[in-house]
Amino acid sequence: MGEFKVHRVRFFDYMPTAIRAMAFNAHTERLALARMDGSVEIFNFTDHYFQEKVIPGKDSRSTESLCWVGGRLFSAGLNGEITEYDLENLRPKYSLEAYGGPIWTIISNTQGTQLAIGCEDGTVKLFEVLEEHIQFERNLDRQKGRIISLSWHPSGTHIAAGMMDMIRVFDVPTGHAVQRLLVDRGFGGSKSQETVVWSVAFLSDHTVVSGDSAGKVQVWDGHTGTLVKTHLVTKWDVLALSVSKDESSVVAGTSEGTVIQFQFIAPTLHQQQDKEWVRTRTFKNHTHDVRALAEIETAIVSGGMDTHLVVRPLLEKFDENTEMAEITLAGFDSVLLFFPQRNLVSCAKKAGLLLFQFPGQLELWRLGDSDGHDGRNTVNIVDSFQTKGSDHICCSALSSCGGWLAYSTVSCVRIYRLQTDNNNISITKVSKLPKALRSAHQLCFSSDSSKMFAASSQSSVLVIALTQSECKYVHTLKPKSGQQPIHLMTTSVDGKWLAAANSDCEIRVYNLQKLKLHCIVPVYGSCPSAMGIHPTTNNMTVVHADQQLFEYSIVEKQYTDWSRKLQKQGLHNVWLDRDTPVTHVTFNPKNPNQVVLHDMHMFCIIDQSLPLPDQKTQFYNQMTLRSLSEQERPSHLHAFKICKTFQDLLCVSLLDDQSLVVVERPLLAITSQLPAPVRQKKFAT
Amino acid sequence: MATLFEGFTLCGLVQTQSASDSAIQGIELDGDSDHAVVTDSTRAVTLYKVSDQKPLGSWTVKQGQLLTCPAVFNFQTNEYVVVSDNKVIRVWKEEDLHLDKAFKATVSADVWRVHSAPGGEPVVLFQRGAVRLLDSLLSAPQQPIEDILSEEEKEVIRWSTNIVAEKQHFVLFTTEQKGEHFLYVQRLNPNTLQKYRLEREDSRAPPLSFSASLRDKHINLLYLYPNGCVYQSVVAVQGPVGLEGVQALPRSLRLRLPVGEGELGAASAVALDEAHVAVVGMPHPSARTGKDFLCIWNTNFQTLQADKEMVGRICGQVWCYLGKLFVPHGKALSVIPYECQKSSLASALGKLRHPGIAVSKSSVAIPSWNTLLHGDQPQGPTKIVDSRKSKLRRKSQSAPALTVDQVLELIKTGPVEEVRREVEALVSRGDAQDLQLSVGRLACQLVARSQVETAFYAPGALARLVKTQCLCHSMCPDLLLLALEHKDYFLCQLCLQLFPDIPEVVTCACLKTFIGVPDDDVEMVSLEPDSVSFMEGLVAAGARGGQQNGFSPALFEEDSCDPHHQPKPPQHQDKKNPTLQLEVCPVGLRKAVLLNEVLQTPYSDNLLVPHLKDLNAPQVILFLQYLQFIYLKYSQDVYTQTPVLRSPTMTQIIDWVCLLLDAHFTVLVMAPDAKGLLSNLQSFVKSQVKLFSELGKIEGSLQELHKMKPSKDISQYSIEVIELF
Repeated sequence: MGEFKVHRVRFFDYMPTAIRAMAFNAHTERLALARMDGSVEIFNFTDHYFQEKVIPGKDSRSTESLCWVGGRLFSAGLNGEITEYDLENLRPKYSLEAYGGPIWTIISNTQGTQLAIGCEDGTVKLFEVLEEHIQFERNLDRQKGRIISLSWHPSGTHIAAGMMDMIRVFDVPTGHAVQRLLVDRGFGGSKSQETVVWSVAFLSDHTVVSGDSAGKVQVWDGHTGTLVKTHLVTKWDVLALSVSKDESSVVAGTSEGTVIQFQFIAPTLHQQQDKEWVRTRTFKNHTHDVRALAEIETAIVSGGMDTHLVVRPLLEKFDENTEMAEITLAGFDSVLLFFPQRNLVSCAKKAGLLLFQFPGQLELWRLGDSDGHDGRNTVNIVDSFQTKGSDHICCSALSSCGGWLAYSTVSCVRIYRLQTDNNNISITKVSKLPKALRSAHQLCFSSDSSKMFAASSQSSVLVIALTQSECKYVHTLKPKSGQQPIHLMTTSVDGKWLAAANSDCEIRVYNLQKLKLHCIVPVYGSCPSAMGIHPTTNNMTVVHADQQLFEYSIVEKQYTDWSRKLQKQGLHNVWLDRDTPVTHVTFNPKNPNQVVLHDMHMFCIIDQSLPLPDQKTQFYNQMTLRSLSEQERPSHLHAFKICKTFQDLLCVSLLDDQSLVVVERPLLAITSQLPAPVRQKKFAT
Repeated sequence: MATLFEGFTLCGLVQTQSASDSAIQGIELDGDSDHAVVTDSTRAVTLYKVSDQKPLGSWTVKQGQLLTCPAVFNFQTNEYVVVSDNKVIRVWKEEDLHLDKAFKATVSADVWRVHSAPGGEPVVLFQRGAVRLLDSLLSAPQQPIEDILSEEEKEVIRWSTNIVAEKQHFVLFTTEQKGEHFLYVQRLNPNTLQKYRLEREDSRAPPLSFSASLRDKHINLLYLYPNGCVYQSVVAVQGPVGLEGVQALPRSLRLRLPVGEGELGAASAVALDEAHVAVVGMPHPSARTGKDFLCIWNTNFQTLQADKEMVGRICGQVWCYLGKLFVPHGKALSVIPYECQKSSLASALGKLRHPGIAVSKSSVAIPSWNTLLHGDQPQGPTKIVDSRKSKLRRKSQSAPALTVDQVLELIKTGPVEEVRREVEALVSRGDAQDLQLSVGRLACQLVARSQVETAFYAPGALARLVKTQCLCHSMCPDLLLLALEHKDYFLCQLCLQLFPDIPEVVTCACLKTFIGVPDDDVEMVSLEPDSVSFMEGLVAAGARGGQQNGFSPALFEEDSCDPHHQPKPPQHQDKKNPTLQLEVCPVGLRKAVLLNEVLQTPYSDNLLVPHLKDLNAPQVILFLQYLQFIYLKYSQDVYTQTPVLRSPTMTQIIDWVCLLLDAHFTVLVMAPDAKGLLSNLQSFVKSQVKLFSELGKIEGSLQELHKMKPSKDISQYSIEVIELF
């Protein structure tokens, strides 16, 4: 197929921030995840753990705890505010000062009518959940010392509160503390240090489970306030607890990076009545503190200081009807989610510029020239934009000519004009922006850089015309229905089509000449993770979170023959078994048959002229092909050409000069920037 | 070596108020070796069954009364004797339940101790030094008791014991008077008293403990000082009678114990045998803290042989009875079995022990049931049959088995067959410890006779002796040469197999004989079947001629690997059919077996090479041909061989080739017959070198594989070219 020149870029110092809190909504099967920088991510567990939404963080916001009430998401943090998020516009809906000092935790009762928060000043405050708002209701009896953790009894009558050196059980109707459970301090030198009860869980049988800074997981009888059992699990802290839905299992996350499962089982087979909490399994998927945990039906989800989210499937909870094949495929391997599943890198294909998006800044780099003498070309950092204000960047875009740059936060959009002359780039901010352009979920430029598209609220797209002198609002493409935010947008090279996909899996194609909806691509059950419109045929290639691949002819408003053939034959199992979604689709302008896709671990060039692989074909066949002679090769070729030379990919793009740009962010480099773990794994320990 | 075994607690102890007092006054033996009579410090005497750790009986005196002397057992009347309140002697039997109802007698002076020993009558030692036999005292309890020690000078008894030596009965006691220590030896019947003054220790400290034992008609007194010195003094049993006055008692330092910081407080030493001393209450030389170890020291070599930490306070008491140490410590009385084996340099270097010196004439062959019933040496079926036969024969003859000395006498004159029979009988019932000595003596005797009397040669008896594996070459240096002389190849093979110490000169002699012997002579000899079958297998394997695992032996490769160096057509002709050449073993089968044994004999190069020069050129060439043959066989199918215990290894073969070449290189170069052989051997070397260079290459490429991973560039930016297919 040929040689490619590859710009291998490793200078994007992208650093994900630590995971602080997690909340799983069993009803919608969405996992909300809060990071240290205040950002919140929503993962769809029914759709291959697809990262559906990202709400950017803010400097002053620090989220300590997350809580779902129905479909509404609340957070509380050390800034003393309770925040409700607008999941359709991907921004905080409102924030409410709780007047109790920093808030350590927020929970809701099972009915979803009340919220309780634990404050630094020792109060547990109850809030009533109203239709559009929450309303302060009352305080429970104020305690000495901060309230670190809370857990509501399923019946709603009692709340257990983890504090310093003790656990309090409150009677909710009266607001009085009814039990006082004293937690032992650690041994030795830590005797003088207060024990922090980092996490409590209140079970329906009035059992209270606590995890504390002395490394203990303790089981208490909530009626009598007596200690039932102590499990000393670590020398350091037990930071997080999570209870399974049927309350038969509790998992605890420790500072060592281990997740320890306890199960409520009978110690012997004969005495099925006398059940007790027994430590059963230990999972070690993290190197650092496990700060957030969720035990869901089929898996344990954990995250912490080492920034990645781990979904560890529990084998025995698989449905018995599930085929064995599926169990072996998904049964043992933990799914590790490292990178955001959207573009942090924009590539100006014509100008050879790269734009890197950080939470608080942008970096613009120019790729080196291969005509240089020794091939080791200099890359100059052009500029790094510090964003104004404390809001973090939610999206950014670079026009393919390299003349325009735009970014958006939740509160504003900025557009810059870039002018290149003799290796110097001058940047001028476009001062007058249309009023309609307030914030955008996605930004994209047309290929001739004459227009900019901004995805706005309720799946609408603003069309902005760009000229040398000004930016002018042209039109709003607004669908009749649809509430979910747009997370993908792409335009055709001829400037005629714009496709936008939202979290409801809808892909709308607009005719830009007529400025109206052209068609809606048949909705597929999985969220599109990447899409692109072919420069010559105007066929749109869409890849979904479940790894399915479609090609849709915009002109004919139907799937292409190739796509039908592919669906008929089915994708190769090896392709379907990958666990990271494709995040980018580009095309080879010189060879219309070639589509370039990539996920975190590989990039793939699909040659549509070649036969599709069937299940018996060796899928990763590059090595084999290399060893074959020129004559034998054609018989072994198939359409998927996969290259795994580059790892931990953030972006793979094909420049106009046919050279590939590969942006790598080695996980090792991320790990090396983490603080030292409390415990290092040593051989044979 | 001495060993302290895992101990057990005999009984718990009541803590006494004062720290220095022990809860136990004494432990004495009973008529039963498994019993121990324990007298506590106040009122009770308890009889224990030691192995069961179970009390069998307990007797106490009334409240207010006090036992002042440990209870002893009168071995003559089977009664227990104890003294309460210094003056009341009580005697009772095991069946008596109450001590109060037992026989009582009040004597006129304070009693210090009652002593009893098996074989002697109990004696009573009064506090003022008088001694009475118990019987005579009880017959007249109120008889006047004289004062031996003067009250005014405050001479008090510190320790006492009694010793029964053959017909003599002694009571020993030590006294202290103004810092001086004396030993009194009271001999009974006739009564004599001898007083000795103990040499004063520099520190003026009193001895901590005494222990007396009888050995070689001498009483050995062992005493321990707080500075860790253990002295021994010897008093003759038949001492100089009638020496008046106080004699100085000479002493010798047996042991200087490491005492750590300070001096020993409560410690005690007891002699276990002539070379071992058990010390309790001393610090361990390598453990810094605590003086609570029980140690066994070897006084001959001044070495610590065994040690055990005793938990709790030790009050410096230890008793030693019948292989058990009784140590009260903390809240328990522990019984610790021990074992002392004779340690001598001679036993360490057993092989050097010369039979002539070590064995006295009085050694008696004690038949062991074990040997009689099961046979002791695992020598294979023939042996069992033998012993069965001999057993049968013994039964039928019902003649008493001959001792070693008798057999030795027999060897001097007896006929071969009888000698064989008797030797076999002796060896098969022989007791393992004695066997080595007697076997050596028998072998030497047999060899000596054979050397004198040329007609006498007992191959069966010698083979039997060698097979015991108790014999080595240095024990009977002439044996192997004798066997060679008599062409007893079976015996030669046995010797080569079983002797670990054959000198190189003898090895060479064997080799020379084996090579020189005509094949016909050997073919009928019966040899060890294992080695024969190995050789048969080896020869047969060649017949199949297959190649294993793609390996082609050096000869096949030769042409291909080095064509330029093989220009001579005649030589080429020679190797037209190398397989044919391989098939033929250059020596006969049995000869090969014998040569194999030589190959496996241990040797050192420097010593062997000079002797190898004794071989003449044809012998060397023949041997080399054989070595070449076996080398090729091995290269072909070494892995298909059935595993045999003894077969020459590849390394041994190559080493011998090298040795032979070293020894005879010039001769071989000159000899025309050796030319082909030498070039073949050269090709061996070549193939080996090639093999190693190939291995080196593989190693290199494997290392490259290793290096491949980390050699990735880690630069921030690079432009690369990839190729996709």
